[in-house]
Amino acid sequence: MSTHLLLIQGLNGLQLGILLFLIAAGLTLVFGVMDFINLAHGVQYMIGAYLAAWIAAGTGSFWFALLLALPLALALGLLLEFLVFRHLYDRDHLQQVLATFGVILVVNQGVKLLFGAAPLQVPMPELLSGGIPIMEGLLYPTYRIAIIVGGLATAGLLWWLVERTKVGMLVRAGATNAPMVAALGVDINRLFMIVFGFGAMLAGFAGVLAAPILSVEPGMGDNLLILAFVVIVIGGIGSIRGAFIAALLVGLVETLGRSLMPDLMRLFLSPSEARQVGAALASMLVYIAMAAILAFRPAGLFPVRAG
Amino acid sequence: MLPAVRAEAPAILLLAALAAAPFLGFGEGYMLTLLARAMILAMAAVSLSLLVGGAGLVSMGHAAMMGFGAYAVVILDDMGVTDAAIVLPTAIAAAGAFALATGAIAIRTSGVHFIMITLAFGQMAFFTASSLAGYGGDDGYTLYSRSDVLGLRLLDDRLAFHFICVGALALTWLLGRLLLASRFGRVLRAAKGNPLRAQALGFDPFPYRLTAYVIAGAMGGAAGFLFANATEFVAPAYISWQRSGELLFMVILGGVAGLHGALIGALGFVLLEEWLSHQWEHWRILFGVLLILAVLFLPNGLSGIPAQLARVARR
Repeated sequence: MSTHLLLIQGLNGLQLGILLFLIAAGLTLVFGVMDFINLAHGVQYMIGAYLAAWIAAGTGSFWFALLLALPLALALGLLLEFLVFRHLYDRDHLQQVLATFGVILVVNQGVKLLFGAAPLQVPMPELLSGGIPIMEGLLYPTYRIAIIVGGLATAGLLWWLVERTKVGMLVRAGATNAPMVAALGVDINRLFMIVFGFGAMLAGFAGVLAAPILSVEPGMGDNLLILAFVVIVIGGIGSIRGAFIAALLVGLVETLGRSLMPDLMRLFLSPSEARQVGAALASMLVYIAMAAILAFRPAGLFPVRAG
Repeated sequence: MLPAVRAEAPAILLLAALAAAPFLGFGEGYMLTLLARAMILAMAAVSLSLLVGGAGLVSMGHAAMMGFGAYAVVILDDMGVTDAAIVLPTAIAAAGAFALATGAIAIRTSGVHFIMITLAFGQMAFFTASSLAGYGGDDGYTLYSRSDVLGLRLLDDRLAFHFICVGALALTWLLGRLLLASRFGRVLRAAKGNPLRAQALGFDPFPYRLTAYVIAGAMGGAAGFLFANATEFVAPAYISWQRSGELLFMVILGGVAGLHGALIGALGFVLLEEWLSHQWEHWRILFGVLLILAVLFLPNGLSGIPAQLARVARR
C-alpha cells in the first residue's frame, strides 16, 4: 500500500513540478534577459485558466478552449507589456515590483468583476477522463498523465528553441549580457517582446492545463508565483535547465512532504500534534531547501551570469 | 531655516498633524482605530525603510518581525503576563533574536537573492505560527485584554492609545534618523553605494548590515506589540508574505530617499485603501491603477513630489 501511495504522490509531485516549470520558464527568461521582476507573471497563468473556462463554457469543448486560449493569452500578455511593462524596463527593481503588484490587483479584481468571486469548473476532456492502470490495482487519472507528457514535450520544445535556434542563441546571449547584445546591433526591444510574449503564453498554457483539475478563481496565480520565484532562484536566474530541475525538485518536495511529513512526525508526537506540526513542516520544506541552497550557493544551482 | 531642519520638516509636520488629529475632528472611535492601524504599520514601514533606503537590504520578510512581537504578546497573555514592562521588552527581544539568527544567513546574499531568502524565513515563521495549535493555529488568538502599564489600564483608553502610537512612531522615526546620520549610517550607505570600495576603506559591511537588520527587526517587534494590542487579536495572517509585500510597497510608494518617505507612504497607503474601499466594491482596480500611475509618473515616490514640482517650475 505504501509503495502505491508513494508512486501516486511522486506522480502528483511531477505534475506540480511540470506546471511550475511552465510558469517559471517565462519568469526566469524575462528576469534573466530583461532584468525585469514581473510579479504579475502569475496573473498570466490565471488569465490562461479563465480563458479556458470561458471558452469551454461557450463552446463546450476543452480542445477548442486550448486552441483559442493560447493566442488570446499571448495577445493579453503583449497588451500588458505595451501598456505597462515596457515603461518599466529601465527602472530599478523596487519600482518594477510595486507597479507589477498594481497589475496583480487590477487583473485579480477585474476577473472578479467579470466572472464573479466563485470558483469556476472546467469539464475534463472526454478523451482524457478515466484512468490508466500503472500498477496492479492502481489507476492514475489519464488527464494528469497527459499534463506530465504535454509538459515534458513543451520543455523539450523549449530546450530546442533556446539551444538550437538563432533566436534562442540571442536569448541565451541576452541572459548573460543584454547591453552587449544590444551593442552588437540586435534589436533588443524586439527580442524583449518575443521573450515576454512567449513567457506569457507558456504561463497561460499552464493555466489552461491546470483548469480542469484545480478550481479557477481570482488570485489563483499568487501562491504559485511565489513557488515559481523559489524555483528560478534555486535554479539560477536566466537558466532554463536550472528552472526545469528546480521545478521538479520543488514539485516533488512540496507534494511528498505533504503526504509523508505527518506520518514521520507521528514517530515522535501524538497523532493530532503530528498532523499539525507535520503540515507546517511540509509547507516549510521548500523554503528551508531554498534557504539552504542560497546559503551555500548564493547564485543558485546553475548560475548563468558570472559574478 | 536651517537646511537640516528643513529636510526633516515633512516628517515633523506629519507627526504633529497626527498628534493634533483627535482635536481636528478625527476624534471618534472609528477614525482613531484607523489612524492607530496606519501609525503602527508606519512604524514597521519606517524600520523597513531603514534597511531598504539606508542599507540597500530589500527584505520581503519584515512582517515576520511584527509577527514575533505580536506572538510574544499572545504567548505571555496565555501565561497570564500582561504587564507591558515585561511584554514589550520580550517582544522586542524576540524579534531582534529572530532577525539576528536569520540575518546572519540572509546577509551573505544580495539583491534578488536577499529578497527571496528573507521571504523564505518569513514563510517559515508563518507556517510555524499556523502550527501553534495552543494559540489558535490558523484561526488566530483573541487576547483576554490589552497589556497594562505597571498595573494601569493605559492602553484601554482610545485617546491615550492614540498618543502612545504617535509617540512610538515619532521615537522610531527619530531613532532611525539619528542612526542614518551617524557614522554607523554613513558606513551603511557607503556599503550600499559600493560594497567593494567600502571594504577597501577597511569597513567590512557584514557586521554593520547585520546590526541594522537586528535594529530594524527589533523596531518591527515593537510595532507588532502595538498591533496586537490595537486589534486585541493575533493570527498567522499578520506574518503572510502579502503583509511583508504591503510594507515594502508602502516604503516604495513613499520613496526611499528618506525615512519620511515611509511615513508618507504608509499613511497614504492605509488611508487611500480605506477611503477607496468605501467608494466601490471593486476598488482594488482603482487602487492598482493608482499604484501603477504612481510608479510611472513619480519615480521618487510621494515624498519626491515637491522636488519634482520644483524642477518643472524651474523649466
